[in-house]
Amino acid sequence: MIRTENLTKRFKETLAVDSLSLDIREGEVFGFLGPNGAGKTTTVRMLTSLIGPTSGAATVAGFPIGQRDTDIRRNVGVLTETPGMYDNLSAEYNLRIFADLYEVRDATGQVEKYLKMLDLYDRRLDSAGTFSKGMKQKLAIARALLHEPRIIFLDEPTAGLDPEAAHLVREFIAELKKEGRTIFLCTHNLDEAGRLCDRIGVFKTRLLVVDTPANLRTSVFGRKVVFHLRAADEKLAQVVRALPFLREVRLVDSKLLVILEDPETHNPEIVRLLVGAGADVQFVGELRHSLEDVYLQLVKAA
Amino acid sequence: MNKIKTIILKEWAEVFKNRMVIFTVAFLPLLMTAIPLGVIFGTHESGSETASQTNLDAEMPSKLTNAMCPEGLTGADCYQVFMVSQFMMMFMIIPVAIPVAIAAYSIVGEKITRSLEPLLATPITTTELLVGKCLAAIIPAVLATYAAFGLFALGSWILIADKILLTALLDVRWLIAIFVVGPLMAVLAVTFAFMVSSRVTDPRVAEQVSMVIIVPVLAGFFGQMAGLFVLNATVIVWVAIVLLALDAGLIYLAAKLFQREHILTRWK
Repeated sequence: MIRTENLTKRFKETLAVDSLSLDIREGEVFGFLGPNGAGKTTTVRMLTSLIGPTSGAATVAGFPIGQRDTDIRRNVGVLTETPGMYDNLSAEYNLRIFADLYEVRDATGQVEKYLKMLDLYDRRLDSAGTFSKGMKQKLAIARALLHEPRIIFLDEPTAGLDPEAAHLVREFIAELKKEGRTIFLCTHNLDEAGRLCDRIGVFKTRLLVVDTPANLRTSVFGRKVVFHLRAADEKLAQVVRALPFLREVRLVDSKLLVILEDPETHNPEIVRLLVGAGADVQFVGELRHSLEDVYLQLVKAA
Repeated sequence: MNKIKTIILKEWAEVFKNRMVIFTVAFLPLLMTAIPLGVIFGTHESGSETASQTNLDAEMPSKLTNAMCPEGLTGADCYQVFMVSQFMMMFMIIPVAIPVAIAAYSIVGEKITRSLEPLLATPITTTELLVGKCLAAIIPAVLATYAAFGLFALGSWILIADKILLTALLDVRWLIAIFVVGPLMAVLAVTFAFMVSSRVTDPRVAEQVSMVIIVPVLAGFFGQMAGLFVLNATVIVWVAIVLLALDAGLIYLAAKLFQREHILTRWK
């Protein structure tokens, strides 16, 4: 649904996006993670044909950017970083304008459908300026969906929202995912990305890594297994270090922290070795890295 | 065409909630109509009292009487025509001030609320968007100018019994000024206001800076009052030709400024 090849954007001396190559499948929720100023919004703007690339190519919904821009805009929905409502106009009229611009056939019906779906129907005649930030964000999401796009770009959809509003927005994104829509989700919220996304790309001017949330947690740091022993010492650590398949063995208090690729295969062997060396193994557990650890590690290294 | 209509209606729904814009659109034409009508009323009353006592024919320069007064008008009537003609330039303030107020609030308002990006993300072309925004500012200005002129014509018809004088007051110069020069000035004002608005972040600043465009109109007004030139039909036609050329140039520049990438990356 979205394919980019060496997509690059330069603003005078500043390289904003460097050789981005991506392939996002239909129905996939793709998380695009990166710090402020990483070039995420620039990427979204290029993929929604708002700005042109300096070099490289991309197709969105089968249309090449720079050549079929109007077709691209007709087939995608965009939630921009700031909702940008017409504050003096009613919620209903705000949506009506965009329904007309997207040439939605049953504009009245679609506006009503999304106002109800996002629990804004009772406030439809109120000025958007009187809405809370969460309500404005929901209105902006409704606006992005009026024309039923197959591809949706969401730029920081939960930024600045209170936990309840953020939860509602996340639930709505999950609903969209169930409907099989392709979602390109820019976010700082790693927990959100971990829960919603099929794959995550960590980005800082260039794409640092792309993988599933589960694989990301393990591929960057390796899988860590903690062996809780009644009494651990350096001697036991040395015994374990002799095993060839381990990446690292550390002694932390009375625990032995082991980093390895395939714990399912190798844990029994380590346990046998430790017991044979006289250790009392109390229990064994996997230490999971959060996406935040992964993200920080990648961005710091970049 | 439907998208342009959507933009125009949206603009009107937005800007006409702004008191400053409403004041400019409603009050200015009324003021610009009341002043010349007051002059007609005042000069007509004093003129009829003094015409028999004073030979005004001798006091009016021949280049003025030739340009403005048809055969058969008395000196007092010709003086009245001259006085009212001074206010033709004031009528030209209407199609300049109204689009400036609307365009300034429209563009800067969108910048403040950051509503341009979602708008640009729709399938609308930048030409449709620019045309929609321009027309939203020009149409009220032109209609207000026509309405003000209509009121002025009606008032003149009521106040002036002498039909020769009435014909002289509402001659071809006025018609060219109102129906040709007025819309051309509105286009000039709105394109200029767009360019100014793209550079500032406060609608009041945009409006004040854009109002610079009124200076040539005022210069014309005072120049004519000082007797530096006479606004005869030829001069007005030349003004229209110059405005047409200026409009074409400014529309070209505005269209260059009004590109998606330019708006999103350079407008501050």
